[in-house]
Amino acid sequence: MPTRIEREARPESLLINMGPSHPAMHGTIRIMLELDGEKILNSEVEIGYLHRGFEKMCENRTYFNLLPYTDRLNYVSPLINNLGYVMTVEKMLGIEVPRRAQLIRVLMSELSRISDHLTCLAAMAMECGAFTVFLYKIKAREFIWDVIEWTTGARMTTSYIRIGGVRADLHPDYRPALEKAITETRQVLKDVHGLLDKNKIFLNRTRDIAVIKPEEAINFGWTGPCLRSTGVYYDVRKAHPYLVYNELDFEVPLGERGDNYDRYMVRMLEMEQSLRIIEQVMAQLPASPPEIMADGLEPYEAIKQARRQRPEKPIKLSPNLEGAEKHRYPEILCSDRRYVPPPKEEVYTTIEGLISHFKFFMKGHGIRPPKGEVYFAVEGGNGELGFYIVSDGTDKPYRLHLRAPCFHIVSALEFLIKGHMVADVIPTFGSLNMIGGELDR
Amino acid sequence: MEMEETEILAKLKNKFPQQVKETFISLGMEVAVIDKEALFEVMSFLKEKPQDYAMLLDLTCVDYLGEEPRFEMVYHLFSLSSNRRLRIKARVSEKEPRIASLTPLWRNANWLEREVYDLFGIEFVGHPDLRRIFMYDGFEGHPLRKDYPLRLRQPRIKFRK
Amino acid sequence: MEGRFFLTTLNEILSWGRKYSLFQYPFVTACCGMEYMAAACAHFDIDRFGAGWTRFSPRQADMLLVVGTVTQKLAPVLKTVYDQMTEPKWVIAFGTCAVSGGIYDNYAVVQGIDQIIPVDVYIPGCPPRPETVLDGLIKLQEKIKNQEQEWRWKRRKF
Repeated sequence: MPTRIEREARPESLLINMGPSHPAMHGTIRIMLELDGEKILNSEVEIGYLHRGFEKMCENRTYFNLLPYTDRLNYVSPLINNLGYVMTVEKMLGIEVPRRAQLIRVLMSELSRISDHLTCLAAMAMECGAFTVFLYKIKAREFIWDVIEWTTGARMTTSYIRIGGVRADLHPDYRPALEKAITETRQVLKDVHGLLDKNKIFLNRTRDIAVIKPEEAINFGWTGPCLRSTGVYYDVRKAHPYLVYNELDFEVPLGERGDNYDRYMVRMLEMEQSLRIIEQVMAQLPASPPEIMADGLEPYEAIKQARRQRPEKPIKLSPNLEGAEKHRYPEILCSDRRYVPPPKEEVYTTIEGLISHFKFFMKGHGIRPPKGEVYFAVEGGNGELGFYIVSDGTDKPYRLHLRAPCFHIVSALEFLIKGHMVADVIPTFGSLNMIGGELDR
Repeated sequence: MEMEETEILAKLKNKFPQQVKETFISLGMEVAVIDKEALFEVMSFLKEKPQDYAMLLDLTCVDYLGEEPRFEMVYHLFSLSSNRRLRIKARVSEKEPRIASLTPLWRNANWLEREVYDLFGIEFVGHPDLRRIFMYDGFEGHPLRKDYPLRLRQPRIKFRK
Repeated sequence: MEGRFFLTTLNEILSWGRKYSLFQYPFVTACCGMEYMAAACAHFDIDRFGAGWTRFSPRQADMLLVVGTVTQKLAPVLKTVYDQMTEPKWVIAFGTCAVSGGIYDNYAVVQGIDQIIPVDVYIPGCPPRPETVLDGLIKLQEKIKNQEQEWRWKRRKF
């Protein structure tokens, strides 16, 4: 079946296919161009090459089990997707998260946002030819991923933010690693500003290319850095504040013209603001989290003792179970026992703990929100990342829909590149930050 | 504050008394359930000033298998000037899965409606180019319907083993 | 006797040349692409192992790195790309989605690319750490060393 552009093309023009497997490091997408020499007359964008059936998989998994699927949506900023999903479920359940967990969530979320912008601009610059910028930014990203790995255990797809709080507390030595990451990122941003901001070649390729006006951008449903580059002031963190964003002091950079250069600049300035937020959060967190219990009963002794009476002394758990100790709980997880798994000391030694652990993970029991529907949005790397969940009272969601920000942004690609040359497709496509996992779900 | 929140719902009820079936507030968000025939007029009314719901945030569908009418279209609108979201729902039956298209009003409705057509099978009257967007041509069925099994694969090329 | 010695030495020289200068074609689709970028850049360099140059055309590449999930819609494209590559060619399946479909067991995902093309090395992980990637690359180099190399005049019997 011929595609739309094949049906509509004029017989004397040239049809070029930028196929699903292409060098641009963003994802699989197919762009078909109808050319007159080098000028683009018409174009068609075909997506769906990474449709992994996320929404249908979620209907067959419990609320707790589908957390790893949400990581793999916007895979350059995975903790923000986690956060969006978890906050939607928490809104439906109506639970309150402790303050330390909220601060840790903001910290992780801003680290993810920096990693997202670094990757997007690195890929965009590499495709324009600036290979050094790519290497510098990926280097800075490695330091950020080190910090994330020390706390969560994984570099990218972490499943760290859980319903009710976070999985484990920050690593005891997180401060030096985080400060190194911040210094390195600032240095890299300074270098890249010097390399690209007034670079004549970069300006020629990105200034006044793919301009979009604010009304058109709103009509297309754009949000996030792409919308802010046209001059519209809309940031979910300021408009509908969640977590502790209303207490933090940060600015929202705006662009003027809505071209590729403004999208690049807005992202660079947003990274600086995210670093400011991280420093403020670091100042508010206490110096170091409470140490893992160094002395206490061994688990096998505690279990033997528990046969006769409840053990009074604290139990020394294995480091694998970090985050599940009783004394950590009030700070990182909410205390409502219906929605979080119980601490491991109670599971091993008391019968009530064992029963609540069993019932939390058993099919048919566990987290069962009341019947109804909810929509909640957080500020993702690309814009407003919204989750719409319909619940029918059972332990699996009846319908889970993701409002993917880059779906709306990429739907404007055909409009943006019309009339430009073939070589302009590359920086335009790069500046839109298309992430395949979010676009195709 | 409460007057402001329910103001838009009251306005809708006044302007379209028969078509708006019910209005309520669900977890902090205003919801209005309307008749599917009146969708285009209600949306045009909401888009123009002073209501000014200039952005179509999302457009999706929920399949209530066993109920009649079976599908429910859900629209999320957002107004930048008053910073408020609104949810509009409309039921579509299985025997006549057709509803008006919102492409003349918002341009992202083009791809959003193609997605709902691909995954659920609802046709949009007035859409300029209604075809599949996620699944490939030749795929039979609509995957996100509740009666489509999860693991039913339709391979495109012959597999090796 | 001398013919045999000549052939095995030539085999070794050819395999040495081929394994230390692999030109890769990264067929990047999903999240594993981020770990591929991390493995290719300054911290964990794959250029030290000779596989640094990415050739963005299948005709010029000899190693196909399938990174990320392959869906049913993308399967014919993968087969076309594999068919366009010239001999000798090797395939690495990077990430669990390429190895076996990963956590996505549903209507849209191919359960492992070995249902479409033959695979030489499987690298598991979701996503695999860059050290795992380097280990997989070294395993491929050992496999090349132990393989019988093909060259143009081998068909003619000496």
